[in-house]
Amino acid sequence: MSDKKPKRREFLFTASYAVGAVGVGAVVWPLVDQMNPDASVKALASTEVDVSSVKPGNTITVLWRGKPVFIRRRTPEEISEAKSVKMEDLKHPEKDEDRAKNPEWLVMLGVCTHLGCVPLNDKGDYDGWFCPCHGSHYDTSGRIRKGPAPLNMEVPKYEFVNANTIKIG
Amino acid sequence: MSDHEYTPTSKAGKWFNDRLPLLTLANHLTDYPTPKNLNYWWTFGGILTFCLITQIVTGLTLAMHYIAHADMAFESVEHIMRDVNYGWLIRYIHANGASMFFLAVYIHIFRSLFYGSYKSPREIIWIIGIIIYLLMMAAAFMGYVLPWGQMSFWGATVITNLFSAIPLVGEGIVTWLWGGYSVDNPTLTRFFTLHYLIPFLILGLVVLHIWALHVPGNNNPVGIDIKKPSKDTVPFHPYIVIKDGFALLMFMIVFAFFVFYTPNILGHADNYIEANPMVTPAHIVPEWYLLPFYAILRSVPDKLLGVVAMLSAILILAVLPWLDTSKIRSAVFRPLYKQFYWILVADVLILGYMGAMPAEGLYLLIARVATAYYFLHFLVVLPVLGFKEKTLPIPLSITESVLGGSANLATAKHKESFDK
Repeated sequence: MSDKKPKRREFLFTASYAVGAVGVGAVVWPLVDQMNPDASVKALASTEVDVSSVKPGNTITVLWRGKPVFIRRRTPEEISEAKSVKMEDLKHPEKDEDRAKNPEWLVMLGVCTHLGCVPLNDKGDYDGWFCPCHGSHYDTSGRIRKGPAPLNMEVPKYEFVNANTIKIG
Repeated sequence: MSDHEYTPTSKAGKWFNDRLPLLTLANHLTDYPTPKNLNYWWTFGGILTFCLITQIVTGLTLAMHYIAHADMAFESVEHIMRDVNYGWLIRYIHANGASMFFLAVYIHIFRSLFYGSYKSPREIIWIIGIIIYLLMMAAAFMGYVLPWGQMSFWGATVITNLFSAIPLVGEGIVTWLWGGYSVDNPTLTRFFTLHYLIPFLILGLVVLHIWALHVPGNNNPVGIDIKKPSKDTVPFHPYIVIKDGFALLMFMIVFAFFVFYTPNILGHADNYIEANPMVTPAHIVPEWYLLPFYAILRSVPDKLLGVVAMLSAILILAVLPWLDTSKIRSAVFRPLYKQFYWILVADVLILGYMGAMPAEGLYLLIARVATAYYFLHFLVVLPVLGFKEKTLPIPLSITESVLGGSANLATAKHKESFDK
């Protein structure tokens, strides 16, 4: 006991605890990870939408990964309104050009960034969307302007496959 | 604990009891000395036990007919209501039983707050109770999701999204909870599993709750310790059993009124519309028993801080025994605390009302004031009151307080001045 050299027994205890901890971790992880999205959920990663029938000023809602996606064909007034907003007025500053690559089409998840409700179209103080759950107002670029939501509505990864078809995901 | 050693009278009983002392336990429970001045606010422990057993029995029978699948859950609930023999009765008892459970638990909690039952030496009973209350909320929330109506779906979406407020890992946690990218079939099946599990966890904690209670014994309306041996107590059986039984009967009349005369008044009509991930109902409201906390959530304009405030409002109760600095338990002898107690009751009721109203204008303002007051009560009023308040003289014994004849001159004098 007098010298600092670890005893054989102490070493064995520490080694046993370490191996035991690794073993417990190896057993617990599969039990935790089984709750993450499974292969069949992940397989539904992308969806294609025909937008040829959408008139200017209208919005269609499609389902992607169980969530609604808003596809809005914006009018020139809505585009200029979205572009004219000063960055310092925004809670989550993002340029309209960065959110809508083709300014006529705004594609975003129709999910309020507060607690996940679906905002209502053409409502609210900023001519965009209004979330009925806790009163968040979004502008014509889907950016948060007023209310408890912290972020703009998310723009998912998407691309125009051709002039009439958008592939989301 | 029992004051005497117990020996079964029969030979077989003695043989069994020497090997597993269940008869000693039964004897302890029947002879358990109970303060003789307990009033009807003390009958809610028994009522809550009844509620838990009712929920377990009706839940088990519903599970024999319910199908936990996003495509079939809603229809299977309708199948229970229309086709299953007495299915309507069992489901209405289960659904209203949840509300009755919370009604009883709120009375039980506010009884503790009034009579100081959470104070030393009963802190562990109180903390186990708070854990039971948290599990009850989890079970009720997940149970409300199972019928897969619009309120089920959007309630689940909003509540699980609370976790997304956690910095960095929040989104990952929400995806993990959902088992997908939105509330969907994997969410429903795991909620069903947990909804089935939690009542049994609660049952285990109830055993611990009662065990912890039987160590110091019951608190009582005058909040003083019972003297042993004395005439301060009566045995649990038959005195408390019959009193609890009568209170339970009264409670069942209220319960039956909801089940048979207005079974849907505590629910929401939107939950009879099947879940639709494309449309959020115009006005999302949780069940009535969660409304005060919902009002606190909405009254904070920041997402993360709103969630923190809501959770703190519940967890602050766990440290209540250390926030309340007064040594006097019962509010009967605390003239100032008694007033603040009733203000708190009004404050929680106001929060509940605001939680049901839209979060705007005057409603929002009142909710914010009420939220601030809620925390003020626990964090400022209670700690300060313990030092500042001039308490009334407490009686020397329970018997004295019951019979009025007084060995405590101070109390007797005080009573006289009250009578004038």
